[in-house]
Amino acid sequence: MPDAAAPLLSVENLKVHFAIRSGVFQRQVGEVKAVDGVSFSIGSSETLGLVGESGCGKSTTGLALMGLVKATDGHIAMQGAEDVTQMRSIPQSYRRRMQIIFQDPFSSLNPRQRVRDIIRAPLDIHGIGTVEERRAEVARLMSLVGLRPDQAENFPHQFSGGQRQRIGIARALALKPDIIVCDEPVSALDVSVQAQILNLLADLQKELGLSYLFISHDLGVVEHVSHRVAVMYLGKIVETGSKEVIFTKPLHPYSELLLRSAPAHDPRKRHKFSAVSDDIPSATRKPAGCAFHTRCPLATDICRQIEPRLERKGDGQSVACHHR
Amino acid sequence: MEKTMEPALAVSDLNVEILGENGAFPVVSEMSLSVRPGETVCIVGESGCGKSMTALSLLRLLPDSARVASGSIRIHGEDFLAMDRRQVEDFRGDKIAMIFQEPLSALNPVLTIGEQIAESVRQHRRLGRREAFARAVKCLELVQMPDPERRARQYPHELSGGMRQRAMIALALACEPKIIIADEPTTALDVTVQAQILGLISDLQKRLGTAQILITHDLGVVAEIADRVIVMYAGRRVEECSVYELFENPIHPYTIGLMGAVPHRDRTKATPERLTDIPGTVPPLWHLPKGCAFAPRCPGASARCLEERPPFLEKKPGHFAACWEHDNA
Repeated sequence: MPDAAAPLLSVENLKVHFAIRSGVFQRQVGEVKAVDGVSFSIGSSETLGLVGESGCGKSTTGLALMGLVKATDGHIAMQGAEDVTQMRSIPQSYRRRMQIIFQDPFSSLNPRQRVRDIIRAPLDIHGIGTVEERRAEVARLMSLVGLRPDQAENFPHQFSGGQRQRIGIARALALKPDIIVCDEPVSALDVSVQAQILNLLADLQKELGLSYLFISHDLGVVEHVSHRVAVMYLGKIVETGSKEVIFTKPLHPYSELLLRSAPAHDPRKRHKFSAVSDDIPSATRKPAGCAFHTRCPLATDICRQIEPRLERKGDGQSVACHHR
Repeated sequence: MEKTMEPALAVSDLNVEILGENGAFPVVSEMSLSVRPGETVCIVGESGCGKSMTALSLLRLLPDSARVASGSIRIHGEDFLAMDRRQVEDFRGDKIAMIFQEPLSALNPVLTIGEQIAESVRQHRRLGRREAFARAVKCLELVQMPDPERRARQYPHELSGGMRQRAMIALALACEPKIIIADEPTTALDVTVQAQILGLISDLQKRLGTAQILITHDLGVVAEIADRVIVMYAGRRVEECSVYELFENPIHPYTIGLMGAVPHRDRTKATPERLTDIPGTVPPLWHLPKGCAFAPRCPGASARCLEERPPFLEKKPGHFAACWEHDNA
């Protein structure tokens, strides 16, 4: 059950800015604020769904948590550990507790390594167990994710996409982490295989008490897996709340637009989609004030000038909008 | 709806094979379909089911490694497969056109959007450069491209993903073809942009009365846009019916499995704890099982399913499927 009193992970005001460089001397000519002040927390055994469209900064948020891109500012703290953002290098004790599954099961596994070496790598790096124990652990992890341990000598190309994603999951589980960042883990898979992986992630959560930060652009998937949901738009969380609240009574006009745009899966309830194009900005040319105002039906002068803050609305729901 | 008219496109018993190192193997087998003006037929299936190969063969755009082994494709009654190269080029773009999944790789990066559309128009119509360019701007207006005059003078990389897809639709519509084949036209797009493009595609069809074949893996897109649906598995049709029948009374266990595997938002039902996954994976086309290709993954497979391939038959009026067990049930 989600434990709101003492979050396992808390992220405060996380910022990741990338410099835009140009010319012979690579002078900095601008800045992309990919993640621009994001705060959230995840309890134990909880799944937080992070949803948004391409370029909104959801994947960068996940990478920053893993220390795979450097945070420009902010605080990331794990229950019972110190803030890691200001440290030169992220300590192994932190890395051990948080692992990641990537979107593309083809490029995230080294094609020259055997599966047993891929899954064992985290144990080697962290010096866990003897050689014998590590071998036994690889076999246990493989059965845990639904692979046959006798396939341990095979190479990644001998597996299908879904099986490869299972290898990635086994590798992420090797260190018995508390949290797994799932960065679009099923987007590259066919639907029948996607369901297998989603079911596996749910089973693992139940068995091992894992927490997930589940990053996805797919509303159906996010609604299926999440306890709580955060909606991101151009580097900021614009709305957050329980899954039920976000999917039944969203407050932010962007959340509403997302839900309205999702296909119905029922030919008798077809949408009347508007063919009209709207002005979609990007992180490199972010509008002033509320970043969504160029597409928002509610936008007024205040939206064009002042950026709204994420404010609590009760029911555990928070929204960043001047009009809601 | 003009449902009683002659089909604009009729495919019958089409077999496509890939020429591999160890001989040819089929990628599309016994494919038949017809589309009438104003109708949208969706071909749905997972990767490797042969849906894209079907689309490419309909435009005679198959790669060198593949060929049509047998079958016929008739466009407005004319035998498309019997035509020589010049006739095919006259037809393609003029009578039948394609919308590709990746506008960035399908559009020419060194020509402006307007030039590309004008080029296509001049290929088929006797028009001067200036007239053709004016026509291109009109096409961009038709697809509701914002600021079409300016966009016509821009290159593909200067446009956003959604606008590129609009440009590609404009390019496909430039000569007012009566048949449009769209291969995953919204898969590369964000959901809010996908909604706009789906809206655009159905608006345009209502106005122009084109016959459409839309290839997709996404049942949500099917529900939004299809009149009729063909479900493909391992190179073959396994089910074909109206979109309502498909969602309300699916017959084939593969279709039923797909429906249960997709997490989707349906406010009337509680979200299930577990999705009904389909065990195993799609078999490789060069190593298909002997009987029904789906039998090894099918919860209801019998001994006969493993041995004999079920024929594709009309199980109820207008509803076709290839399954032995449905007859027994």
